[in-house]
Amino acid sequence: MKQESLLSIKNLRTRFHIYEGMVTAVDGVNLDVHRGETLGVVGESGCGKSVTALSILRLLASPPAEIQGEILFGGSNLLELNLDEIRRIRGNAISMIFQEPMTSLNPVLTIGEQISEAIRLHQGVARQEAWSKAVEMLQMVQIPSPKMRAHEYPHQLSGGMRQRAMIAMALSCRPRLLLADEPTTALDVTIQAQIVDLMERLKEEFRTSIVLITHNLGLIAEMAKRVLVMYMGKVVEEASVEDLFQEPLHPYTQGLLESIPWIGKKLKTGRKQLQEIPGIVPSLLEMPEGCRFHPRCSRVMNICSKEEPPLVQKDGRRVLCWLWA
Amino acid sequence: MTETIQPQARKTQRSADSRLKRNWAKLRRNKAALFGGSLILIYLITALLAPVIFPSSPSAPNLSRALERPSIGNPLGMDELGRSILGRVIYGSRISLLIAIGVVFVGLLVGVPLGLVSGYYGGKVDFSIQRVTDTLLAFPGFLLALALVAVLGVGLKNTIISVGISMVPIYIRLVRGCALSVREQTYVEAARAVGTRDRTILLRHILPNVMVPITIQTSLGMGMGILSAAGLGFLGLGVQPPTPEWGAMLGSGRAYLFHAPHVATFPGIAIFLAVLGFNLAGDGLRDVLDPRFRL
Repeated sequence: MKQESLLSIKNLRTRFHIYEGMVTAVDGVNLDVHRGETLGVVGESGCGKSVTALSILRLLASPPAEIQGEILFGGSNLLELNLDEIRRIRGNAISMIFQEPMTSLNPVLTIGEQISEAIRLHQGVARQEAWSKAVEMLQMVQIPSPKMRAHEYPHQLSGGMRQRAMIAMALSCRPRLLLADEPTTALDVTIQAQIVDLMERLKEEFRTSIVLITHNLGLIAEMAKRVLVMYMGKVVEEASVEDLFQEPLHPYTQGLLESIPWIGKKLKTGRKQLQEIPGIVPSLLEMPEGCRFHPRCSRVMNICSKEEPPLVQKDGRRVLCWLWA
Repeated sequence: MTETIQPQARKTQRSADSRLKRNWAKLRRNKAALFGGSLILIYLITALLAPVIFPSSPSAPNLSRALERPSIGNPLGMDELGRSILGRVIYGSRISLLIAIGVVFVGLLVGVPLGLVSGYYGGKVDFSIQRVTDTLLAFPGFLLALALVAVLGVGLKNTIISVGISMVPIYIRLVRGCALSVREQTYVEAARAVGTRDRTILLRHILPNVMVPITIQTSLGMGMGILSAAGLGFLGLGVQPPTPEWGAMLGSGRAYLFHAPHVATFPGIAIFLAVLGFNLAGDGLRDVLDPRFRL
């Protein structure tokens, strides 16, 4: 399966210098995003999902952040570009949607102003033309009476509408890659479904690739083709959605899937209680020896606490675990 | 299409109107702020219409009427050179208004950009700006103004510059604090994620979100500025005679405090009322705008 890859991250390592020492938030992540595909990234809070996305656009303040590795996009390494060059890519070729639609729009500027700002920045068009393009984008994300709404301030819109406005802003320059960092987390379920539909439709229309970062496995099942599972800054498993949900290889992925409530499962398996993954994510300052997951793993072996597990390739999937070595 | 849009247009218009109305109603309930506002209004009208209210020159001496007591025809009396105190207080309002505006202008012009840059960029820039600010704040404001006058010399322009500079650190601290909290907002990150330049982020995203505290500090700063400038005038280090300046009038009247108390009293009352007006209005503004203070 040879596909053209749009974004290719090689051995990305993002570290933060903090008072207590050095924290490695992302530790040797490799990933490829193909043209027009949706790649899901799942994991618990603090596993490095968002930091990975922010590293791609170099949005982390440095210091304290230090990014190493290679991020290849459109033939160049994003980590080697100067500030002006990366700025031309932000919002233009790669754009981002944030988790909080309530706070990701500036309260003192109208929706139209904020969207046309991005358009003017990258397309060098006049104010008026940018405005009409902004209205067009609002129409595209199905905001009713977009001409009117463009003149309104964020507090006059509902949460779902604000997220649509954010999507309109992110897609206004037809990016080739969209980084969606928990795009539906703060929204209620019916609005979530609408936003998912909208993103699917726009993906088809603009041929945009999406990196979908979430801890909502349902959303992954709905939208993504391939999934990366992250734990403490490492990719522990990579598989297609079907494979991952049918036969998770890594004990952590298994734990994640077992902790989802599932109507009718009790009848099938006779299970009484929802399973959980015991323990909590250890502090990044006290990284466990060997496999990072071993203190919480249900299938821990002797070797797990001594040596780091190898990356095992198995039927086009990747898993970082001694079980399959 | 237009028919479906219109009702909503009206609704939005109404909601903007009602917010203004709500703020106005709040301000009206606040008696102290209303009183302060009226004082400022009277003061402004007096300053703007001084030649209409008092057509003759406030600086022409008439020694034959020196130190004349207040009377019906001359309600505030005469000063030591036989100049009408009413006239001098009225024309003095122009000077002190000029000082208030000038001082705040200097403070804003220097303090706001430095505070924004300091809060937004952080790091070494922030460190150096803040250590200078610390140094300036170590002096009491009036002492700093006094020291600056000693360097620059007396006169209206230098009074404005030195009192203005003594206020700069207040604005730097205020704006920096607000900018620090605003720059962490997701919308600033979102603006950076679409490739917005730092300058644009500062001017379009951060500055408008720190306007409320700046507005309040501006009103309070005008009162403070008038007081400091009057203090300099009182010491003879501010605006020089024969320009009618309240502080200088107070200072020259001091010599006759027992013999002719009205010479010092009326300029003193004028200073008091002007400063009171700006302070009450500033407090009132803060009360009204406070709920939106969520920075």
